[in-house]
Amino acid sequence: MNILEVKDLDMSYKTIDGEVEAVKKVSFSVKEGESFGIVGESGCGKTSVAMSLLQLQADNGKITNGEIIFDGKNIVGLSESELREVRWSGISIVFQGAMNSWNPVVKIGEQIREAMREHYPDKTKDENTKRIIELFDIVGLDSSIIDRFPHELSGGMKQRAVIALALSCDPKLIIADEPTTALDVVIQDQILKEIRKVQDVLGLSLIYISHDIAVIAEMTDNMAVMYAGSIVEMGKTSKVFSNPKHAYTRMLLESTPSIVGPKKKLRSLDGEPPSLINTDSYCLFSYRCPTPDDNCKNRNIEMELTKIDTDHYADKCCVNCG
Amino acid sequence: MSNQKDIAKKIRREALKKNWRLFRRSKLGMIGLYIVIFFLFLSILQPILFITGVWNKGTYDPVVGYSEQFQEFLVVECPKEYPTEKYKDRSDCPGRTEVNIRTLFYSDAQVGETIIQNLQPAPPSRKHILGTDSLGRDVFSQIMEGSQVAFVLGLLSATLGVGISTILGTIAAFFGGKIDAYLMRQSDLILMLPTLPLLFIISAFAELQVWHLAVVLGTIGGLGGSVITIKSQALQVKVKPFVDSARITGGSRMNILFSHVLPNVAPLALLFMVFSVTGAIASESVLSFLGLLNIDMSWGLMIYLAQVEGFIFSGMKFWWLILPAGLSVTFLTGGFYLVGRGLDEVFNPRLRDR
Amino acid sequence: MKNTLIEVKNLEKYFEVSAGLFSRNKTIVKAVDGISFDIPFGSSLGLVGQSGCGKTTTARALSLLDPKTGGDIKFYNTDINDMQSIDDLEGEELKKFRRNIQMIFQDPYESLNPRWNIKDIILEPLNIHNIGDLKDREEAVYEILKTVGLTPPENYMPRYPHELSGGQRQRVSIARTLIMKPKFVVCDEPTSMLDVSIRISIMDLMLNLAKDLEVSYLYITHDLAVARYMCDRIAVMFNGKIVEIAETEELLNNPIHPYTKRLISSIPIPDPSYNRETYEVNFQELDSLIADNPNSDEMIEVSPNHLVGTHDVKEIL
Repeated sequence: MNILEVKDLDMSYKTIDGEVEAVKKVSFSVKEGESFGIVGESGCGKTSVAMSLLQLQADNGKITNGEIIFDGKNIVGLSESELREVRWSGISIVFQGAMNSWNPVVKIGEQIREAMREHYPDKTKDENTKRIIELFDIVGLDSSIIDRFPHELSGGMKQRAVIALALSCDPKLIIADEPTTALDVVIQDQILKEIRKVQDVLGLSLIYISHDIAVIAEMTDNMAVMYAGSIVEMGKTSKVFSNPKHAYTRMLLESTPSIVGPKKKLRSLDGEPPSLINTDSYCLFSYRCPTPDDNCKNRNIEMELTKIDTDHYADKCCVNCG
Repeated sequence: MSNQKDIAKKIRREALKKNWRLFRRSKLGMIGLYIVIFFLFLSILQPILFITGVWNKGTYDPVVGYSEQFQEFLVVECPKEYPTEKYKDRSDCPGRTEVNIRTLFYSDAQVGETIIQNLQPAPPSRKHILGTDSLGRDVFSQIMEGSQVAFVLGLLSATLGVGISTILGTIAAFFGGKIDAYLMRQSDLILMLPTLPLLFIISAFAELQVWHLAVVLGTIGGLGGSVITIKSQALQVKVKPFVDSARITGGSRMNILFSHVLPNVAPLALLFMVFSVTGAIASESVLSFLGLLNIDMSWGLMIYLAQVEGFIFSGMKFWWLILPAGLSVTFLTGGFYLVGRGLDEVFNPRLRDR
Repeated sequence: MKNTLIEVKNLEKYFEVSAGLFSRNKTIVKAVDGISFDIPFGSSLGLVGQSGCGKTTTARALSLLDPKTGGDIKFYNTDINDMQSIDDLEGEELKKFRRNIQMIFQDPYESLNPRWNIKDIILEPLNIHNIGDLKDREEAVYEILKTVGLTPPENYMPRYPHELSGGQRQRVSIARTLIMKPKFVVCDEPTSMLDVSIRISIMDLMLNLAKDLEVSYLYITHDLAVARYMCDRIAVMFNGKIVEIAETEELLNNPIHPYTKRLISSIPIPDPSYNRETYEVNFQELDSLIADNPNSDEMIEVSPNHLVGTHDVKEIL
């Protein structure tokens, strides 16, 4: 049963230089209790996807096409008050810099209670506090943190508290947008463990967004690789890693250093990510593709996912090259 | 490597174009720019009119010009009680082409006769599009002269002020310690000083001329709060890695100060400059209005003269003596302020909506 | 055996932090607390640890940006063919010596002066040291841009940093660094802010340049996987001290110190079928253990070139 289904989502930003097509024809679905990874370089549109799911995109951004079906209901075009219902209690999000978004003069517990009051006006303060202590226990924080101010906590603790906040309204789906990027490896490791634990204990669905393919490998069941606003490969994480089809995916895998296995020469990719202003519908990776075939070079292949295997799709162009 | 210079030129042009595009997006900034350009045009137009002979110096000079304006007046005697058949109340007598016999001193004209009299201040006419003042001088020419004064004073004091605050601000940021502490206390002190009363005192002791005023205003502005802001900007630049790498390479303090820190506080300084023009023009008007400035002609002085001669109290009857000067001050200061707002959007990426 | 290029002995860097707004008491924070290592010619050392462990402070002390509190830094001076302490250098001599050390910073957006064009940025070191005439200098900039892969150079020289992408800017940083032909470059996480696809090309570029120009790197990173790719040896730093230092593969395969083990166990592996083993360490306990150890600055050699901090190795061995 799919908790979330995204169909042909298009989103663009109006800027001074023109219209930036940040998300182009993105379709994917997330099953209940599953964790879904989105990986790609900065500017590939992964954060834009997350923002469109909650329709929190910046004022100059607009969803121009597509459906986002959450829990059987299309949430594109809902009014602000209907969306507020969905946000937090349906889908909640942990941003990259979320740990810096605590109000510095209000105690952590009070800030979480405030969010809960908004969504459960009937509950008493004691009930809310009890729930917060439960959540803190899940994310590995001491209950005394409730009465602490944000500046008294370390970065890792603040980020855990953010996860507790995200869980406070019993969402069905959590979007984690690079939740560990600003943290160092040891803290990242702890946070990843907590997220996995939370998912197991509460049976949540998770969308994990990262530029780090190693984290995606560890965290997710299914994954999508994004490039220049489009999904270029999608499928079961194990299949994508063991049998990468798209040249870009292969490049990502071959350019990630690892501390296990023999030390190998890593492969780099020339060129820069393309500009997303007024692009055509052909494969945008063909510019950087190491060994493009003729169709690819002439840019006459429309971008479209094609089935490789059960639960494994890749873009028609640049499959098998590179 | 010759085409490298071409590319450089092209890049500079592109950067300029992009900034211009950003500025143009700010409506307020553009309105301000139009206003400033309008007044700049006025101040340049006047000397051109004199040189080309379109305007005669004797008639149109803003200070010593004189324009004869005669008109026939009917001599009447204003009644003691109102309303009468002819006049509804006191302000209706004398009418537009009438003169009260009681105000005629050097004439033996009788009621009912017409006399030819000098009409000063004269209302706008084709010859004088904004009329003349009580001494028969062309108001439009005075406005043009006033805008010259405003530009000279505003830009001079702003340049001086920003120069001082940029140098002091960067020095404070860069050397820190006692120099910094001293400069900051000095700024606090200047900030606390009431500028206008101080200017009153100065003008009581010295005959203040425009450029004196520019120096005083510039110095006060330059030592005041802008030092603190520029310092904080310079502090941010000082800890940037590119400053560190210059230090690692062995760059001297002066080298870093002049080639790294100053260019990076320059945009902020320019912004300050535009904003402080506003203050300088307004201060000049206030001082002239109070008659404290030794100056031939300015907008403030025009209002001052209208006030001293009592025209300011007769409602809108002599509007051309008050409104043009008053509006000029308002619009030009407002114009500079709006230009500053527009520039702010160019320099401050945070204010841009991408 | 190659000559030693740089030798660091008991390097210390303390900061005074006032306890409160009105308090006169100052606490001393030992950001770098007696670390020792040496780097041979053309070899690179990775300095790995969590944020706040003193990596960057070490880098700034080694690049002579900030004065050290104690200890000694010795460089091999080719003029006298011997090691020379930097404390012995002053004035012009020091300025001349600075040519040999450069630093590459983490943030390519902040490490280039936004008001200068690329040519001026790369020219700066040559101008400071007054090397060659103007034409020579321009020639050198042209060549170095080619070396770092910004071709054609004349297209890049007049541009400003904000017109370049992150990877290109980092290439400019590298070009600026290398134009003085330094022997020692401190790299403070130079690729951590770059995208994966660009990161490797920058790392490869640095590796190639190291080989061609015989540059030694002190490569600071929190990512052991990157350190493995870049460095011959790795030093693990914890709370201002080096707890373990060894050849890269030796360190990764035979970690001895519990902190090293913890660090290695927390690196995610880009392979879904791989199960990482978990290894937990109580950092507070470890910290007090190190602090209480009377001879904590000494390290013992457990195998050739593999040094471990003495404090709790005794318990483990």
